[in-house]
Amino acid sequence: MRAALQLSEAGLKTAVLSKVFPTRSHTVAAQGGVSASLGNSEEDHWTWHMYDTVKGSDWLGDQDAIEFMCREAPKVVTELEHYGMPFDRNADGTIYQRPFGGHMSNFGEKPVRRACAAADRTGHAMLHALYQRNVRANTHFFVEWMALDLIRDADGNVQGVIAMEMETSEIVVFQAKATLFATGGAGRIYASSTNAFINTGDGLGMAARAGIPLEDMEFWQFHPTGVAGAGVLITEGVRGEGGILRNSAGERFMERYAPNAKDLASRDVVSRAMVTEINEGRGCGPNKDHVLLDITHLDPEVIMSKLPGIREISIKFAGVDPIKAPIPVVPTCHYQMGGIPTNYHGEVVVDGKPVNGFYAAGECACASVHGANRLGTNSLLDLLVFGKSSANSMIDFIKAQPLELPELATADVERSVARVERLNKQTNGVAVNDARTAMQRTMQAHCGVFRFKDMLAEGVEKILEVEKMVQQTEISDKSSVFNMARIEALELENLIEVAKATMISANARTESRGAHVRDDAPDTPETPNGRDDANWLKHTLWSRDGNRLQYKPVNLQPLTVDTIALKTRSY
Amino acid sequence: MTTETVKFRIYRYDPDKDAKPYMQDISVELDSTDRKLLDALTKLKVKDDTITFRRSCREGVCGSDAMNINGKNGLACLTDFRDLKQPIELRPLPGLPVVRDLIVDMTQFFKQYHSIKPYVINDTPPPERERLQSPEDREELNGLYECILCACCSTSCPSFWWNPDKFVGPAGLLAAYRFIADTRDTAINERLDNLEDPYRLFRCHTIMNCVDVCPKGLNPTKAIGKIKDLMVKRAV
Repeated sequence: MRAALQLSEAGLKTAVLSKVFPTRSHTVAAQGGVSASLGNSEEDHWTWHMYDTVKGSDWLGDQDAIEFMCREAPKVVTELEHYGMPFDRNADGTIYQRPFGGHMSNFGEKPVRRACAAADRTGHAMLHALYQRNVRANTHFFVEWMALDLIRDADGNVQGVIAMEMETSEIVVFQAKATLFATGGAGRIYASSTNAFINTGDGLGMAARAGIPLEDMEFWQFHPTGVAGAGVLITEGVRGEGGILRNSAGERFMERYAPNAKDLASRDVVSRAMVTEINEGRGCGPNKDHVLLDITHLDPEVIMSKLPGIREISIKFAGVDPIKAPIPVVPTCHYQMGGIPTNYHGEVVVDGKPVNGFYAAGECACASVHGANRLGTNSLLDLLVFGKSSANSMIDFIKAQPLELPELATADVERSVARVERLNKQTNGVAVNDARTAMQRTMQAHCGVFRFKDMLAEGVEKILEVEKMVQQTEISDKSSVFNMARIEALELENLIEVAKATMISANARTESRGAHVRDDAPDTPETPNGRDDANWLKHTLWSRDGNRLQYKPVNLQPLTVDTIALKTRSY
Repeated sequence: MTTETVKFRIYRYDPDKDAKPYMQDISVELDSTDRKLLDALTKLKVKDDTITFRRSCREGVCGSDAMNINGKNGLACLTDFRDLKQPIELRPLPGLPVVRDLIVDMTQFFKQYHSIKPYVINDTPPPERERLQSPEDREELNGLYECILCACCSTSCPSFWWNPDKFVGPAGLLAAYRFIADTRDTAINERLDNLEDPYRLFRCHTIMNCVDVCPKGLNPTKAIGKIKDLMVKRAV
């Protein structure tokens, strides 16, 4: 949406394809904030933000992209305010900022207020503001169109997508000089996820089928505070406003795991601490399967004004009014750090070279700014910064192209149509729900918060079995009108690509880093926290063809400042 | 795990094969961990994959799964099915053309939303930093900006049923006031002009169905009243 705005305002003819009405995309569910070192409440600097992001990424993030993002942050957040975003305000009229996990002042010293917030509805306010600005810019939206496949010519240049109008099932080719994917994540590969039903990794599936490798797919963020049982997200902003995690003894256990940042340590650290508490018998509830997020000590006024959405979610999904009683929470799959490999210009990069005409931004892309673990609020920032930068790259690219579109390459179109035909004609097949459930259970059991060597190896076998099921899915709904059964089957074909990439990449990476932690990577002086920089300071690249794995180096060289040197990570 | 059988009566219409709509009686086994109507619908769809509805976030912020539930508009993901009388009767939102089953064509609804120019208008060059706004001025936007465009309100409004092409409807008018109330917006007069019409604003007869059904607890009638007050003030 940010990219579309940039393109439309530059006067380009811009088509946005979305399988849901644009304000229904999952950005709408982001709660806590968007980070920028505005320094509205206390001193802050983009270099501190950059340090926190590199540290949060467990040094797997590319430092050129991270510098670019943190430096651009104040500018893009200010622009968003100018677009009409209803940020909360400080007494002096500036944008309100709250503390968030892993965001510290002065290179890791103490928590800093950096998350710019609109109550606990920041994503909703942002998505609506961006949509509204696009209405003003006359962006053309194709609402409820599902992109099926990427179209590449014989030289690999991207020519557009083939897409299906959901209302009619009509299949149409969208030929374009430049194509951007902002298709979001694929959290639905897991059984328990904060993600929406629509988060099915469609862009990743399309890229993988078109021969583009996927980067760092073993790194999935488990958000510490999903509502136990329901999976619905409770923002880290709750802890930013003073919320505390407690075990069955009522103990503030994060003091043991992160003596400095405590409940505001990085998400991977907090999630592991919670699972450790539960595994060691200090979980809460009759099944001792969750911990409690306590805000009963906060002023009810603060809860009503700063966390109204959370109170609503807690009442509706946990049956608990957080003013009176703590919220039951459990780590829940939340965000995919990996994705389509890009540089900080938003160009998709394969074998060190940009793919002509192809761009990606947001959760589906891997720039990589999040590395092995993303900091809260950096996802909304990611889509603003790289939405804008990729659109600027597209504008330059389009200007350099001849006016006429090249001849359409038809091979990908034929393959895509054949895929839909196979599904329509399948008999004696597998129910979509059965295949999807098998995938989600496999991912949850074999590739969760803590990972085990044997389970991963077995997980690879199992997920390849599930893939065979996905190749034979059958639907009984044959209607041409809004056939959601067909859409779900096509989504599953995208999810399975992501699931394979995740399991196979995770099985191969024999160290612990950020969100990827495994039992056979010991904490030694040479490999602190199990992190093995000598062998694994590199990005994974998984290709669909033969499930091939390749690796590329991490860029430790920022654009204008000194490298943030490797260090053991503690909070 | 204990299960229970829950009975439904669902509006079905597939223009591909049905000459006219009909009500389907169907029941489904639900677990004690199932809570919401959307959980039930998801399981119904496993049983019969032709049952068609929109859904996405399943937490009441995306606005996809609005429908008419036992005669009242609401979001399936926020409604506890155990609170509902059985058979639970599900119909598409009233007053809009049905595409299929519980899916309506929302073109008219969005057309009205777009007609109020739903974006901040401010032609002064933006400052280097953010435009300042006091916390009190910002508070004016509470209860307005949270709208999720689910259309529960507009499709429960008799005035919108009669004149969907002329009356902006509660959702659009709530949005109109959201921008009128924003101190950063400089187009109040233009916005009031845009609504000064026997239909666009004044078809609201304060029936208050919109307030009754809003799943976010917003109050479009109040916002409409404030626009009317501004019209009056401007006239004298």
